[in-house]
Amino acid sequence: MAKRLEVMSGNEAVARAAIAAGCRFYAGYPITPSSEIAEKMAELLPKVDGKFIQMEDEIASMAAATGASLAGLKSMTATSGPGFSLKQENLGFASMVEAPVVIVDVMRGGPSTGLPTFPAQGDVMQAIWGTHGDHAVVVLTPGTLEEVYLETVRAFNIAEKLRTPVVLLLDEIIGHMTGDVMIPDDSELEIIDRPKPTVPPEEYLPYDDSYGDVPPMGSYFEYPFHTTGLHHDKTGFPTTNPVKCGALIERMLRKVFGNREWLEKNVEHYTEDAEILVFAFGSTGLAAEVAVKWAREQGIKAGLLRPLTLWPFPEKRVYDLAEKAKAVVVAEMNLGMMIREVERAVRGVTPVYGVLKANGQPIEPPEILAKIKEVA
Amino acid sequence: MAFNYKPYIREDKFPNIWCPGCGIGILMKAIIRAVHKMGWKREDVALVSGIGCTSRMPGYVNFNTLHTTHGRALAFATGIKHARPDKHVIVVSGDGDALAIGGNHFIHACRRNIDITLIVLNNMIYGMTGGQVSPTTPAGYRASTMPYGNVEPNFDTVNLAIGAGATYVARSTVNNPALMERQIKEGLQNKGFSVIEVVSNCHIQFGRRNKMGDQLVLRHWIKEREVPLRKAKDMSPEELEGKFVIGTFVKKTRPEYTEEYAKMVERVKGASK
Ligand SMILES: Cc1ncc(C[n+]2csc(CCOP(=O)(O)OP(=O)(O)O)c2C)c(N)n1
Ligand code: SF4
Ligand SMILES: [Mg+2]
Repeated sequence: MAKRLEVMSGNEAVARAAIAAGCRFYAGYPITPSSEIAEKMAELLPKVDGKFIQMEDEIASMAAATGASLAGLKSMTATSGPGFSLKQENLGFASMVEAPVVIVDVMRGGPSTGLPTFPAQGDVMQAIWGTHGDHAVVVLTPGTLEEVYLETVRAFNIAEKLRTPVVLLLDEIIGHMTGDVMIPDDSELEIIDRPKPTVPPEEYLPYDDSYGDVPPMGSYFEYPFHTTGLHHDKTGFPTTNPVKCGALIERMLRKVFGNREWLEKNVEHYTEDAEILVFAFGSTGLAAEVAVKWAREQGIKAGLLRPLTLWPFPEKRVYDLAEKAKAVVVAEMNLGMMIREVERAVRGVTPVYGVLKANGQPIEPPEILAKIKEVA
Repeated sequence: MAFNYKPYIREDKFPNIWCPGCGIGILMKAIIRAVHKMGWKREDVALVSGIGCTSRMPGYVNFNTLHTTHGRALAFATGIKHARPDKHVIVVSGDGDALAIGGNHFIHACRRNIDITLIVLNNMIYGMTGGQVSPTTPAGYRASTMPYGNVEPNFDTVNLAIGAGATYVARSTVNNPALMERQIKEGLQNKGFSVIEVVSNCHIQFGRRNKMGDQLVLRHWIKEREVPLRKAKDMSPEELEGKFVIGTFVKKTRPEYTEEYAKMVERVKGASK
C-alpha cells in the first residue's frame, strides 16, 4: 500500500485532502483558528488549475463557493464561529438549490468574538440547525489527524453524492495539532462525483425526482437551467403549490436521513461489554479514549462511542449501547448541546451524565475518568 | 423589422409578476437586445440576481439563470465567473439589493474589476417589500418607513462605482430604451467590471406615496430631471441636485481579475516545471 508519512497540522490536512478529493474552488475570509486552510488552498489550488479567492466577507465566500459549485467545480469554504454565523443564510441557499459545498468550521470559544485562539465545541447546534427552515445537512467530526484527512475526502464524497452542503466540524485543537499523518496515495481514495444527467440539455430538469431523491446535476453552461432559493418544482421555477412544496422539503430531508446507514460512522473502544458508555466527539473524543483506557486499567468496564458522523445522529447505536450500560457519560466543550441528543436517543433507559465545559480549556482525560468513577 | 424576443423568453412563465407599466420589463428587453447584438449563444450567458422585483428577471429569460439571496448576487456571480472565465456573466439588482444590503459586494466587485456586467435598476424604493426607503429615495419624498419624507442622504450609484474602480460606468433611464441598450452592450463589451444604472418607475410603491401613482406621471417626473452628461459639465453642484445625469461616465481599461489570476497560475506552473 502506497502510503507516506508526513508531518502536518489538522488545518493543512484539510487542505491537502480537499485537493486529493478533487476540490478545485475555494472562497474564504480569514479567521482564527481556520486561516491556515485558506492559506494552504491559496498555495495549492493554482498548481492544479484550481481557483482560490479571498472574498470580502463570509457571506460572499459562501455565495461564491455555491456559484462555483453550480458552474461545475467541487468547492469549499472554511471559517470559525463568527464567520460560520455569517455563512448560514447562503448555506441554506446551497441546501435549497442542492449545490454540493464543503463548509469547514474550526470551532473556537463563543459566543461572539469569544475566545479566538482557544478551543470549544459550542457550534454543534449551529452546524446542525444554523440556517432557517426545515433542512438537513451532514456534519462530520473527525478526531485524529488521519481522520481529518480521510473525513475531508468523505465530506466531498457525501456532498457530491447527495447534492448537499456538508459541514466538517473541527475545533482549535484539531486544526492546530501537528503530527505524523499517514497519507494514502490518491489512487487508494474512493472519489465520488455528483450524479450527471444522461438526457440532452434541452430535456434536462434540475430537480427531476423520477431519478430518486438525488436528481442528476448538470453544470451551468453545459446544462442551462434556472434555480432559486424560493420553493421550486422539478423544473427549478418557483411554486407555491402545497403538494410540490411539501414534496420538495420532504425529499431534501430524505436525501440525508434516508441515507443514515451509508452516512453513519463511529469509532468505538471497549463497547462490547461497556457498563459505562462514554460519548464524545472531536478532540474531546480523543481525551475520552485515554480516560476509558485508564478506567479499564482500574477494573471499570468503560467504553467509548466517538461519532465521525455527528449528524444524522447515531441514534440507534447510542440506544443499543446505552441499553446495556449502567450509565452514559457525555463529554463536550460546551454547556450541554449534544447531551440533549444523547438523552433523546437513550429515551430514559439509562441515566445520562455530562462533563461539560466552556471556558476555553480542553476537557482532560482525568476529568472524564473522575466522572466515570463517580457513576460506576 | 421588429426585434424577435421569442428565442430569449420563457413564454410559459408569463404573465410575469410585475405590475402593469413597471419599468423592469423595458430593462429586460434592452438586456435581451444587447446580448443578441453581442452574438453570444444563450447557453454561454448566466444571468444572476438577488431578491426584489428587479431580481425576478432571471426567471423569464432563457439563459443560465440564478435567483439568489438578497444583496448577494455579485458574490454568487463572482464564483461562477471565476470558475468559468470563458463564459459571460450578467447581474441585475434593485437599488436596495445592490447598494444597501449588497453594498459591500458592489464595491469589491468594482475593485477587483472582474469581468461581470452589473445593471442596477434604481426605482428609488424597495418595491417588492412594500415601499420602504432605499439608499436612493430622493430627499423629502415619502416611503413607508419615511412617512414624513426621507431625511437620509443618497448614494450616487455612478460615483460609488467610479470611486471603487469599475471600468465602465453609465446611467440611463426608463425613458431611453435605445440608450439603455447601447450602454448595456458597451458594458458587455468591456473586459472588466461594468456598472449601468437605469433609473426606473415604481409607480406603485414609490409613485403612489408621492402623488405619482400613474406610470406616465412618474416617468415624466424622471424625464424632467434628466440632464445629458455634456450639459451637466457646465452646471454647478447646486443645479445638479436631484437631477439624473445621463451618459457614459467611465470607459477605461485596467487589469481584469480572472485574466490576472490565469497569468498567476501560468507563472506558478511554469516555476514548478
Ligand atoms: C436578508 C433579507 N433581508 C430582507 C429581505 C426582504 N426584502 C426582499 S426584497 C427587499 C428590497 C427590495 O428592494 P430593491 O432591491 O430596491 O428591489 P426592487 O423590489 O425595488 O426591485 C427586501 C428588503 C430578504 N429577502 N432577505
Ligand atoms: S412594485 Fe414597483 S418595482 Fe415592483 S413590479 Fe410593481 S411597479 Fe415594478
Ligand atoms: Mg428598488
